[in-house]
Amino acid sequence: MIQFILNDRLIETEKAASTTLLDFIRYDENLRGTKIGCREGDCGACTILIGSLKNGKLDYISATSCLTPLPNVHGKHVVTVEGMNLPDKLNRAQAAMVESSGTQCGFCTPGFVNSMCGFALTSAEPTYENAISAIDGNICRCTGYKSIERATAKFSSQLQQKDDKNPLKWLAENDFIPSYFTEIESRLKAIQVEAYASSGAVPIGGGTDLYVQKHEEMHAMDLEYLFDRNELNGIIIDGSKCKIKSSVTVTDLMQNDTLLGAIPNWYQYMKLLSSTPIRNIATIAGNIANGSPIGDFTIILLALKAELTLADKNGVRRKLPLKDFYLGYKTLDKKADEIITEITFEIPSNTARFHFEKVCKRQYLDIASVNTAMYLKTENQIITEANVSMGGVGPIPKYLAKTSEFLKGKSIATETLKSAEVILQTEISPISDARGTESYKRLLGRQLFFAHFIELFPDTININDLV
Amino acid sequence: MINIDAQNHVRGKSIYLDDIQELQGTLYALPFDATVAHAKIKSLDLEAASKAKGIVAILTAKDIPGENQIGGIIPDEPLFADGEVHFRGQVIALIVGDSEHHCRQAARLIKVVYEELPVIVNPREAQAHGKLIMPPRNFKLGNTEEAWSECEHIIEGRSDVNGQEHLYIETQGAYARPKEDGSIVISSSTQGPTAVQRMVARVLNIPMHKVEIDTVRLGGGFGGKEDQATPWAVMVALATQVLHKPVKMSMHRMDDMRMTGKRHPYSADFKIGLTKDLKILAYEVTHYQNAGAAADLSPAVMERTLFHSTNAYYIPNVNAKAYSCKTNLPPNTAFRGFGGPQGKFAIEAAIVKAAETLGVSPAEIQKKNLVVDGNELSYGQILQQTNAHASWDDCTATYQYEQQKKRVADFNATNSRYKKGLAVQPICFGISFTNTMMNHARALVHIYHDGSIVVSTGAVEMGQGVNTKMLQIVTETFGISAKRVRIESTNTLRVANTSPTAASAGADLNGKALQLACNALLERLITVAQKELNTDKIQINDEFVFANDKATEISWPDLVMKAHVLRVALTENAHYATPTIHYDKTKEKGHPFAYHVYGTAIVEVTVDCLKGTYEFDAVNVVHDFGKSMNTDIDNGQIEGGLVQGIGWMTLEEIVYNDQGRLLSNALSTYKVPDIYSVPKQINIKHLETEGHELAIKKSKAVGEPPLMYGLGAYFAIRDAVRAFNPNADLAVNAPYTPEKVLMDLYKK
Repeated sequence: MIQFILNDRLIETEKAASTTLLDFIRYDENLRGTKIGCREGDCGACTILIGSLKNGKLDYISATSCLTPLPNVHGKHVVTVEGMNLPDKLNRAQAAMVESSGTQCGFCTPGFVNSMCGFALTSAEPTYENAISAIDGNICRCTGYKSIERATAKFSSQLQQKDDKNPLKWLAENDFIPSYFTEIESRLKAIQVEAYASSGAVPIGGGTDLYVQKHEEMHAMDLEYLFDRNELNGIIIDGSKCKIKSSVTVTDLMQNDTLLGAIPNWYQYMKLLSSTPIRNIATIAGNIANGSPIGDFTIILLALKAELTLADKNGVRRKLPLKDFYLGYKTLDKKADEIITEITFEIPSNTARFHFEKVCKRQYLDIASVNTAMYLKTENQIITEANVSMGGVGPIPKYLAKTSEFLKGKSIATETLKSAEVILQTEISPISDARGTESYKRLLGRQLFFAHFIELFPDTININDLV
Repeated sequence: MINIDAQNHVRGKSIYLDDIQELQGTLYALPFDATVAHAKIKSLDLEAASKAKGIVAILTAKDIPGENQIGGIIPDEPLFADGEVHFRGQVIALIVGDSEHHCRQAARLIKVVYEELPVIVNPREAQAHGKLIMPPRNFKLGNTEEAWSECEHIIEGRSDVNGQEHLYIETQGAYARPKEDGSIVISSSTQGPTAVQRMVARVLNIPMHKVEIDTVRLGGGFGGKEDQATPWAVMVALATQVLHKPVKMSMHRMDDMRMTGKRHPYSADFKIGLTKDLKILAYEVTHYQNAGAAADLSPAVMERTLFHSTNAYYIPNVNAKAYSCKTNLPPNTAFRGFGGPQGKFAIEAAIVKAAETLGVSPAEIQKKNLVVDGNELSYGQILQQTNAHASWDDCTATYQYEQQKKRVADFNATNSRYKKGLAVQPICFGISFTNTMMNHARALVHIYHDGSIVVSTGAVEMGQGVNTKMLQIVTETFGISAKRVRIESTNTLRVANTSPTAASAGADLNGKALQLACNALLERLITVAQKELNTDKIQINDEFVFANDKATEISWPDLVMKAHVLRVALTENAHYATPTIHYDKTKEKGHPFAYHVYGTAIVEVTVDCLKGTYEFDAVNVVHDFGKSMNTDIDNGQIEGGLVQGIGWMTLEEIVYNDQGRLLSNALSTYKVPDIYSVPKQINIKHLETEGHELAIKKSKAVGEPPLMYGLGAYFAIRDAVRAFNPNADLAVNAPYTPEKVLMDLYKK
């Protein structure tokens, strides 16, 4: 049985576990305010909030209900737009949207409202930029977003006075959320559900990939739900090593203080990966196991020389470098009963540099045409270690071994890069597809390779000398 | 006034098609479509699928009692493919079952054997093979042949512009329920309830009076639900007729994208001739419209391309020709602008090519050739009340275009990685359905004897705020508060023979009809009050009757009740038909538009010449709203239309392969603007004008025109690309995706 609180009501259901939260909300619970736009996490019309107890404290995220299987909300609080309605007036997000004419056809609107309300519930600083970031997964086809920007500005300014000591109480008293929210924490604690047990053949984390790729088959699949497994959650900083358990989400990493401190622009890089509600539920292991030649996080981890730990059903573990995990297009060095349990990498020291580039049609919430990451250590302008990876340029996410090797021992100079780029072109094998022609991807690969150095060494390397 | 739906929208209380409470026993329908683009169907084996779990019936062309035909303008489109398929995504059968999931499982069991035929996806290739939807049309003014010899400069070229997916966030859908006597009520997410009703009647072989179409609102339309909402409604109606059960369809996004048509891609050849002082003397253009596999609205779309082939410019010698080319793609259809944007894109391309060849700014040519009062357009309409110069001058002055140009030039001189580009985009867009007979509407108003009012018109609310404008007409005419008025769903039983809500004309046509209805009712109520109060001087203000400019004790409900007691009719049904318009297709001359909408936008972009990506710094607009009756709504139309136009010109790339397979088949592969890709600033200024008598309350139609400001996005990027790479010969081929930008930046 799966138990959770939906708005202010306790749900206990025997529904098939693979049922999406979206279908359950709309057709079993008849809450039709949550809309269906795409069923692949790309429009945000179905955005809901999920509150869960973390270390005894209630913590809310936004999520796309179309990609969320029921077990992933077991023991949690799920909030739809109906659950955000105040009895006799509009909440602050709703009022801001109305007053700014932020809604036209209205179909995307509940998703926006939920994302905004979700932002109020997080501990993020209530700046305008952060508030906009919270609605970065919501697509509107009518307004051109300007009115929504104005609504968001109004809304975020009203959050400035938020009481960080008792935020839920403050939010309820100031018409941001209904008053029942203040009792959810104790109600969730009172439920004290057992962890959801499953032992299927197909592992599933956040669902952001499987529900997109195999939406129809999910009904019949024998799934093993890993998202909330305790032993698979947590980021461990062990000296200079970062160990990521497999169900850690992109958001977890985006908010990790150690990484934010160690890698300049870490937050900005993470922001290039899909959208807030997806980052909130997409796991790192999922990005790796998907095997996409263009997986953003895979490309980042390749340059960081990450190592995977796999475990089979009997608990037998083995380790291998991430770069050796990919055997061919969507073919992994992984037995059917193995799952990724841990990903480990060395946190770049203050003498090392890391840089990530990604170009797609749309800068945010899009899949890259080409992405690339570079880890570089230098001494007196001489490269002592280089790890360059590139996605979208072959059947697998590519660790550019020859290019990396070539760079070692060379100086940071235009000629070095021009020579390296010649080698790079021999290592990649892009094909023409929906993300661009082969010649585009080769050109873009060159440009983004140069971009690493132009960004990291602006005084030494400039565009005019290179192209 | 804020959109009256906003309060329910933000609370998740508004009801869209898939939110209607299903009746017990409702069945679900799933269209089964072709997986090849052109083929004979050798066999269709439904047996295993029919026996699959939960399946109630699988309907095909054989089950149609009437005509297997849904072509609106030309009867060339079957509801279900019969013997042949002409595009991937063409529906062959309708699977009906107890759940969508069971229907999808059954779909995998259907076996079709095809004998494949050659596939054509390119309009020029179709034209070369004589595959046309209809004979070409040709608009002529003056004599281009004679004019060329007087031209100092003659520039020829080609432009290509891709289609655009509507991406209404609410997908297509319909829900049919049986009534008595073989009548059917269908809730349809359609811009054209009457079109749906007509096709249901035709296919089911029942009279229109047995078909009730009800539309509460759409989660976005943009033209995509003008004609292409129809097949799905007809399918569920057919299933209801056959099975006597309620049947519903709410399409999956990928099915919707694969099966429905989009904005038409166009290819064009142009030749433009200018005098020494940059006056355009002659313009010839041949448009190749990619119509897809059936006519749908393509003939009308093509017509509007010709009407707008010279945009906001006066050109004395014009020869504009257009072919509607039949290809093996889903039939392309209406999309905000309806062919107009494609016509304008070609002339703007010609001007830019000319400017680049001559080494002048495109804006110089644009400005010199803007229309003025008395100019004759290629289709014979003489322009009056033009605002092309007024909006251009206001825009360039208000937003300090000369300084902006200098700032951009300075930036480009000192930056090597980033380059800025500028474009000025004037628009001139004709308002009215180009098919004159469609320019009429009706409104039905009931005043109940408690003083509350219910209004029905033919207008469909799809976010454009037409219901709010209708409500304003009622409250302002009667002098009462908004709480008295309810705007009801668009329903064919209450308002018959409607034109679709399209052509930007919904508020004008329905609003004018509603004004007539309200005025007739008001006149009766005033008469009642005059008798009661013994004076001719009666008004209603703020819910009370005023006699001789003084408030009386008689409130609105009192007055209504008095009228009711006196047996005065409190219902009115009014009809409006746009005066002054006419058009003769045999001569291609006439006066097809009630009026034109003008405006000018200046677009500024910054291109990252290392990566080929770009950001729009600002779009500054001066727009001719007339006298806007609702600035909240009208400004929203400008912002939304502009961004949709920018999307079409930049990110939104429809990709079919040469076998007619849609590769940009989901939101993951077809990208519309998100909140980060819109211009950092959009400034809108209302041009001071008198408005136009034929516009509702002199408030000009605003739905489509702003989309065309988006064309400026393309040419601004091109301007920036040329700042980086001035010597390459660049094609004109929209959208300007980051891919094309990068390739152009480094083109030798």
